[in-house]
Amino acid sequence: MSLDAEVIPLDTARRQGTPEPDGLLDRGLAFLRRRLAGDYEVDEFGFDPEFNGTVLLPLARALYEHWFRVEVSGIENIPSGGALVVANHSGTIPVDALMLSVAVHDHAGRDLRLLGADLVYQVPVLAHLARKAGHTLACPADASRLLAKDELVGVFPEGFKGVGKPFAERYKLQRFGRGGFARTALESGVPIVPAAIVGAEEIYPKIADLRSLARLLGLPYFPITPTFPLLGPLGLVPLPSKWLIRFGEPMPLDGHDADDPAAVSNVTDHVRETVQRMLNETLELRGPAFL
Amino acid sequence: MSCIPAAAARVVLVTGVSRFLGARVANTLQSDPGVERVIGVDTVPPTASLGRTEFVRVDVRTSGIAETISSARVDTVVHLGLAPLGAGSKEPNAVGSMQLLAACQRSPDTRKLVVRSSAAVYGSSPMDPAVFTEPDEPVEAPTSGYARDAVEVEGHVRGLRRRRPDLVVSVLRFANFLGPDVDSPFTRYLRMPVVPTVLGFDPRLQFVHPGDGAEALRRMTVEDHPGCYNVAGDGVLLLSQALRRAGRPYVPVPSPSLSTLGDLGRRFAGLSGFSPELLRWLTYGRVIDTSALVRELGWRPEYSSEEAFAEFAASDGGMLDRLGAVLGGGRP
Repeated sequence: MSLDAEVIPLDTARRQGTPEPDGLLDRGLAFLRRRLAGDYEVDEFGFDPEFNGTVLLPLARALYEHWFRVEVSGIENIPSGGALVVANHSGTIPVDALMLSVAVHDHAGRDLRLLGADLVYQVPVLAHLARKAGHTLACPADASRLLAKDELVGVFPEGFKGVGKPFAERYKLQRFGRGGFARTALESGVPIVPAAIVGAEEIYPKIADLRSLARLLGLPYFPITPTFPLLGPLGLVPLPSKWLIRFGEPMPLDGHDADDPAAVSNVTDHVRETVQRMLNETLELRGPAFL
Repeated sequence: MSCIPAAAARVVLVTGVSRFLGARVANTLQSDPGVERVIGVDTVPPTASLGRTEFVRVDVRTSGIAETISSARVDTVVHLGLAPLGAGSKEPNAVGSMQLLAACQRSPDTRKLVVRSSAAVYGSSPMDPAVFTEPDEPVEAPTSGYARDAVEVEGHVRGLRRRRPDLVVSVLRFANFLGPDVDSPFTRYLRMPVVPTVLGFDPRLQFVHPGDGAEALRRMTVEDHPGCYNVAGDGVLLLSQALRRAGRPYVPVPSPSLSTLGDLGRRFAGLSGFSPELLRWLTYGRVIDTSALVRELGWRPEYSSEEAFAEFAASDGGMLDRLGAVLGGGRP
């Protein structure tokens, strides 16, 4: 406290001399100083809100605003407490996860804690960036722990089957796993918020899959798109499709029993149908894919 | 709550008493009014003063330990001999623990056993849940070194509990100890001139201060808290964050080169090298949930992970200046 008292006059003196641009520079330097000194907090999942808000989200936001021109609707459907956002997954490379995070962060003012495949946590760099962005492994223990802390948790029940499906099957939901997400929501007593992401299907249209190469590299698939690997690294640039993200009304799950497999499967089917219906409606609303 | 003070006439045997934790526990216990006698055993003589504690130099791998237990009518055994010693420490850990547990089983006086285990029993893998609770099984069971010893010893302890249901058995799974007097593979790693980290990974780490460790062990010894508990300071530090706070220079190295580097260090520079379990921990990290301990004892470690690390860094001369700068930078 006594330290603060000494710091304040210095700071104001500097501010009087040179107002705005230096303020930005000062803040940038202060940020760098904090980062270099390790002077920040992470939660038990490794979530680093400062790094996420200052470095990761702005990078994703550039794509979000200028490349994909994402439009969001139904943001009022995101409750203030714990909830499970269930969305469709597509795009060959899961860029939709990033865009969904930006949409929730910028419009609802909340951090979306996504549940990712274990592959994410085996890949160098991706592993710790995913944790720093607040995401964690898709397992019931982590999901329940986050929901118990009233966090907003996001999940893509289709997993790799969704993100790696061929272009011909675009906007057709794949199987929703074994309904683990429904059981977790039931156990935690939180509502499910269905979400439809339109636009991700066109960013890397997957027209073929080199299965043997994928197996060799330990990947779930090895995509061939019109530009990759034909144009080399340039083929990694996503096509600039127009995106719409829509959140549906929270689905209350009262009266269902988490231990009853029939109830879990009912909820799973119901959520899947809702997301598919929202997808169809939103897709029609969007019109042409690249305009 | 089972905080009933255990029966009178307390003779406590502490194994591994010559190491940093053993000395602290022995000193804490001997100042406890309920404890009559503290007998410390280890294979090497203690470096720090043990005060009122009677030291017996005995190898736990031999039958000498059984004689000590029966002749002193030991009623409580605090087993701290299970500790990471670096490469080739298999023998004293696993074999010694077996001898000790067998002696406890045979002795009619023994009524309580407190075992120092480690969070290493959970392993470290990319498929781990973010936070481990006590009933969790490792996703990939540890296959080598200290972690496997700990798993094995916990197995023997479970066996003993089945054969002697009258015993009060507490098992504490500690996060990595970190404080001024701690010497472990991890502190030796931190003291390297340039610290190599695993390229592309930034593990979540937790630490526990030896003072808190000793206090948890004391409570387990003088009160009855049967069961298995995770022990760690609150909060989580990332490895990169910890190294920056300590002002340690570090360089990310691809993980295969890192183990080669460790081997070279062991062969030519007399360093301890990187055990596979240390490497896995430095890649994937591990976080344990301590709410069961806090609930049971109505107590939580005084030092957070962050403070335990700061204490360690401050005690290390080379780290001092930079840390001062960090703290001076002002966290309220």
